[in-house]
Amino acid sequence: MHNYPFWLYLLVTAGVTYLVRAIPLVLVKGKIRNRFLLSFLHYIPYAVLSVMTVPAIFYATGDTLSATVGFLVAVVLAFWERSLLTVAAASCSAVLIVQLVQTYLL
Amino acid sequence: MNRKHAFSRGLIAGIPICLGYISVSFAFGIYSVGCGLTVLEVLLISMTCVTSAGQQAAVPIITGGGGLMELAVSQLVINMRYSLMSVSLSQKLDSRVRLWDRFVIAFVNTDEVFAVAASQKGSVSKWFLYGLMITPWAGWALGTLLGAAAGNVLPELVTSSLGVAIYGMFIAIVVPEAKKSRPTAICVGIAIFLSCLFYFVPVLSQISTGFTVIICAVTASAIMAWLKPVEQEVEENA
Repeated sequence: MHNYPFWLYLLVTAGVTYLVRAIPLVLVKGKIRNRFLLSFLHYIPYAVLSVMTVPAIFYATGDTLSATVGFLVAVVLAFWERSLLTVAAASCSAVLIVQLVQTYLL
Repeated sequence: MNRKHAFSRGLIAGIPICLGYISVSFAFGIYSVGCGLTVLEVLLISMTCVTSAGQQAAVPIITGGGGLMELAVSQLVINMRYSLMSVSLSQKLDSRVRLWDRFVIAFVNTDEVFAVAASQKGSVSKWFLYGLMITPWAGWALGTLLGAAAGNVLPELVTSSLGVAIYGMFIAIVVPEAKKSRPTAICVGIAIFLSCLFYFVPVLSQISTGFTVIICAVTASAIMAWLKPVEQEVEENA
């Protein structure tokens, strides 16, 4: 445990995020040529989002069943290439429905 | 006149992004207050960072009293993709975009804003980009504020179901790409396998979330970059 003041955490989070975006935009005029680096940068967003989603999503609602249903609904709609908003909203609705059924019908 | 036209074209293009951001940042607001941050702290994070995955990873590190280096490295790795987007966007800017404008534009270069800017024909002006960026930024802040402030008011069933919103958005980004590209699908598979390993295996699960994300994502991406390097992108005509 370190427990730095909040403003220091904020400064680091916002500062690093901004610099990552700003430095290339300000400095880089030519194109990246290194194939490995290009490929690595191509894969990294999908790898990051996957790691953050699984298995965390299964514990995001308080019960594994509703979370699993929400996950499956999101995957199916995403596979059909629906918009970010549609996928997120449908996933939440599915979780809500499962939880309502569990609370009031079972 | 030309400026006004470009600005309003950008504004219109940004509205769907704005609406999407309100719902996702609403969930982020609830999540962060649940982790122990105050409403003001959560709002400040959203107003200064404007990045879903990075913020989502930062909150547990902050509330868990993590180290500054761990926080910095997690943000660096998670947000590294923006570097490529910024490089790509730098080729897309028209000649009237000054150095000062680049510093401003970089601030709201999110995945969705970049995707819209990149899909424009030819070069883009700073007025178009400013129009494009202003409502998503405001939506991201507004949704966060509403989620953080109203999260406690909403019934628990509703807030717990919103917990999957941000993951739903992540899935909506990953799955279509994995469907199109087999190497990306394999990369996602490796990443998920490693992530589960670090979540469930006793010794590995003691490693903090920030480092887990870094280790798993870098390993999966490096393996696939080595096995299946992507084709060199065709030079775009600006």
